[in-house]
Amino acid sequence: NKTQSHSRGEYNVYSTFQSHEPEFDYLKSLEIEEKINKIRWLPQKNAAQFLLSTNDKTIKLWKISERDKRPEGYNLKEEDGRYRDPTTVTTLRVPVFRPMDLMVEASPRRIFANAHTYHINSISINSDYETYLSADDLRINLWHLEITDRSFNIVDIKPANMEELTEVITAAEFHPNSCSTFVYSSSKGTIRLCDMRASALCDRHSKLFEEPEDPSNRSFFSEIISSISDVKFSHSGRYMMTRDYLSVKIWDLNMENRPVETYQVHEYLRSKLCSLYENDCIFDKFECCWNGSDIVMTGSYNNFFRMFDRNTKRDITLEASRENNKPRTVLKPRKVCASGKRKKDEISVDSLDFNKKILHTAWHPKENIIAVATTNNLYIFQDKMN
Amino acid sequence: LGCGAPGIYTPFVFQDTQEKDKTIPPERAEEAKLKAKYPNLGQKPGGSDFLMKRLQKGQKYFDSGDYNMAKAKMKNKQLPSAGPDKNLVTGDHIPTPQDLPQRKSSLVTSKLAG
Repeated sequence: NKTQSHSRGEYNVYSTFQSHEPEFDYLKSLEIEEKINKIRWLPQKNAAQFLLSTNDKTIKLWKISERDKRPEGYNLKEEDGRYRDPTTVTTLRVPVFRPMDLMVEASPRRIFANAHTYHINSISINSDYETYLSADDLRINLWHLEITDRSFNIVDIKPANMEELTEVITAAEFHPNSCSTFVYSSSKGTIRLCDMRASALCDRHSKLFEEPEDPSNRSFFSEIISSISDVKFSHSGRYMMTRDYLSVKIWDLNMENRPVETYQVHEYLRSKLCSLYENDCIFDKFECCWNGSDIVMTGSYNNFFRMFDRNTKRDITLEASRENNKPRTVLKPRKVCASGKRKKDEISVDSLDFNKKILHTAWHPKENIIAVATTNNLYIFQDKMN
Repeated sequence: LGCGAPGIYTPFVFQDTQEKDKTIPPERAEEAKLKAKYPNLGQKPGGSDFLMKRLQKGQKYFDSGDYNMAKAKMKNKQLPSAGPDKNLVTGDHIPTPQDLPQRKSSLVTSKLAG
């Protein structure tokens, strides 16, 4: 029921549907959760919207379409669908379309199943708008959107002997313009760029992006916090952004040996890693997103999220919470006090709520509107200049 | 300085590598804390054991025979809710899709004091 009012920026739920159900894998005696890991929109080609959604094992293509008129005036059917007795029909009429309350229907168009042994962490639609990739911990597969009974394995990092396993795939994405290029990130903080024209199985990367580590800083936590939780290309495709536990890094595709920019998301957590390991928060997977090529955004704890402006080098911390922000007021910047004297309006590290994590944020592709997901709520913020 | 004649007192200087860098990097301090709590913790967190655990994270096992029997029984009577140990999978206490146990581990409130 679209009751949007653009000038006031109010939003309403457009459609709700169950994408996946819990399943049991009888062969392995395992439960497969219905929890959705990723959603990706397809570029819009007609009135309907299409999206891919995936849980741990199965990807589905959904069509979401609107219906705002229905045919009325059939000769052989009543309005409620029951068939009329033909002998009672005395006149003929032409059925017409009449407006009705908007109905939004979601229907599954394709189900891509049984191609992943491990948990799917990423899906990415190719710029050819015909194919897409799906990645799990050890493998990446290429699919055609029309074909569900076949997929091609393009990356396989499973070692012959699992004892030799040293890293897993954490995220993967197609280049926005080059349909044969994709990248995948690892739990060791590396990004590999592959070209599908080079070979059928892209086990050998074309480029390897890795920042050299300072050996004097190495600790038990180094590898864990270097694990990349998300990788996203800028809209131009010249840069890519990676998110690891404490920072966001911008890489120039032309330079493999270090990122061009590094932004600290919550550096004050570095002296809390022991506790964060114990409560598992150190394994939280934060996503990140671009506004074009200039501003990047990512989430943090305590319902805070951060934005970094690459041009001005300014950054801001904002909070998504109903208690602290009245609707239609400008968000107040927040500040965390790492140590020492806490100023008024600052919040100390020890007061942060680590259950309130913002893992998912998204920026509107064309306008300054952002969506921020907290544990139980979805916030939509827009630029006050709008 | 008021501590005696200057120039007479010559202290011993121990070559202590840590003296140069008085502040231990925060990560190392945290590592020391962790090792103090869990002395048996393996050296390499990126080792295959760690990753294997990660690959299987969240997987719950079930017994299809018991599950189907429990489903058949459910039609007739109210089953008792899952026992205190939700991972114990036998007989009547098999979870069904309708009442699968909570998957999210209850996050411990942050103990970030000191």
